[in-house]
Amino acid sequence: MATSTASPSSSGGVSWRKAPFIADARLRWGLGIGLGAYLAAAAGTLEIDWLRAWEGLPRGRQFISAFFPPDMTSRWNEIGEGILESIWMALTSTMAGIALSIPVGLGAARNIAPPPVYLFCRALLSVFRSFQEVILAIFFVKLFGFGPFAGFVTLSLATIGFYGKLLAEDIEDMDPVQAEAVRATGAGWFQWINYGVQPQVMPRMVGLGLYRLDINFRESAVVGIVGGGGIGATLNTAFDRYEFDSAAAILLIIIGIVLAVEYTSGLIRKRVQ
Amino acid sequence: MLKMSGLTKRYRTGDLALREIDLEVPDGQVMALIGPSGAGKSTLIRCINRLVEPTSGTVFLNDIELNALHRKGLRRARRNIGMIFQEYALVERLTVMENVLSGRLGYVGFWRSLFRKFPRPDIAEAFRLLERVDLDPMVDKRADELSGGQRQRVGICRALIQNPLLLLVDEPTASLDPKTSRQIMRLICELCKERGLSAIINIHDVQLARIFAERVVGLRMGEIVYDGLPDRLTPKVLTEIYGEEDWETTIGGEKTGGGDAGENEGDDEDAGPHPEKERLAGMI
Repeated sequence: MATSTASPSSSGGVSWRKAPFIADARLRWGLGIGLGAYLAAAAGTLEIDWLRAWEGLPRGRQFISAFFPPDMTSRWNEIGEGILESIWMALTSTMAGIALSIPVGLGAARNIAPPPVYLFCRALLSVFRSFQEVILAIFFVKLFGFGPFAGFVTLSLATIGFYGKLLAEDIEDMDPVQAEAVRATGAGWFQWINYGVQPQVMPRMVGLGLYRLDINFRESAVVGIVGGGGIGATLNTAFDRYEFDSAAAILLIIIGIVLAVEYTSGLIRKRVQ
Repeated sequence: MLKMSGLTKRYRTGDLALREIDLEVPDGQVMALIGPSGAGKSTLIRCINRLVEPTSGTVFLNDIELNALHRKGLRRARRNIGMIFQEYALVERLTVMENVLSGRLGYVGFWRSLFRKFPRPDIAEAFRLLERVDLDPMVDKRADELSGGQRQRVGICRALIQNPLLLLVDEPTASLDPKTSRQIMRLICELCKERGLSAIINIHDVQLARIFAERVVGLRMGEIVYDGLPDRLTPKVLTEIYGEEDWETTIGGEKTGGGDAGENEGDDEDAGPHPEKERLAGMI
């Protein structure tokens, strides 16, 4: 039986089973078997040369051991500069991105924007979101030349796509009655947003802003690898010169900063609930 | 005076919520609007301040035709219409004071309201109202820290600080316990008396309507099926509004109209002077 059924069993009790997710038994089994067959076939096409993997092991160990001990000192100037540039990029692009995403996000909320504005803003957000940061960065490096400005523009646009979409969705999920009550007082549109909408979405938006700062810092390393400046450029140079100990130092610092940002954002988020 | 004629609302889904409503509410009258869920009570009061746009018909408040107004005029007109909501509709994350002062948004410019720099007389009035409803110690508490009755009193302050001509009240007691319900209804009615406000109160509780309103209008399927004094609400009338049911118990035997007659709710409520009544009597 495809649907859940209750039928008296021989012992006189009643048995019940949860209805399966896919009601049609043939479809359910067909999908299961098909998926298994596909996995088996796909695994068959993978060529793994176990001998090569075995021979590679010592080289891998050598490579990893080249990271130790991490060397903070010999390239400290470049590392310090890169880190500062990355932090600067992360902060400015987060702020600029959030500032720009507020009007777009308001426009992309179905419950407060008129349909043409809604469609336009949604389309804008989809465009920003459809390109991964690295692709945007390659484009902007070509446009503005190497350096942190290209990275800043990249991360700002990515922030608009991320933050604007989440802001719009949070506004769509708000309690309409609270906003209605403010509208009924004769408040103007901006006052209505400020009193009726903003308090409802603020805590989540603060949290997301901090989360985005964290993302932007990490992305600044990636963006740097394609020429967008920041610590990524330094990291790339270190790899190119086979200075794995300096690269290790950079990686450790990135991990440290990400942890610190995460910890502080957790503290702040707790306070703004 | 509020005057509606031929007021009709058809929702986009095709449901006809109001059919050609003609209704006049004179100044200073407290009118209860009763009727089953879905009868169009909420739609009716929202068509007055145009939180819902009526499909056709006119609404006049004194000599202003509300449904002909555009943005700015509508904002101005809304200042004269206070609204009290079911489930309070306070902005939960704003403080009590901010919620009350939000009633002044129609009068105050954007920048002042953004920085919460309201004019002194507004702030003084807010304190006076809060003191009146006994919430002055709660000024800086967040609205979501208050109990139901307290929240509804903040809602009342928010409506009154608008200095309105008319109060629209949407199920003010829907989520309150019986005692608090009566206190809130009493408060609303007394404030209307003192300020000469007219009010339309949507209410599910027929007993409360009978106790507190001067006039009862019964709505069924978007049409007025009763308009008269509360003590004329006979089982026959209630059957016409709500459908077949044993209404004798709701009406409470022979006792009709005014006072707290029809309820058995414990002695502390009815014996002796009401603490609320006393406190409220000397106010404003």
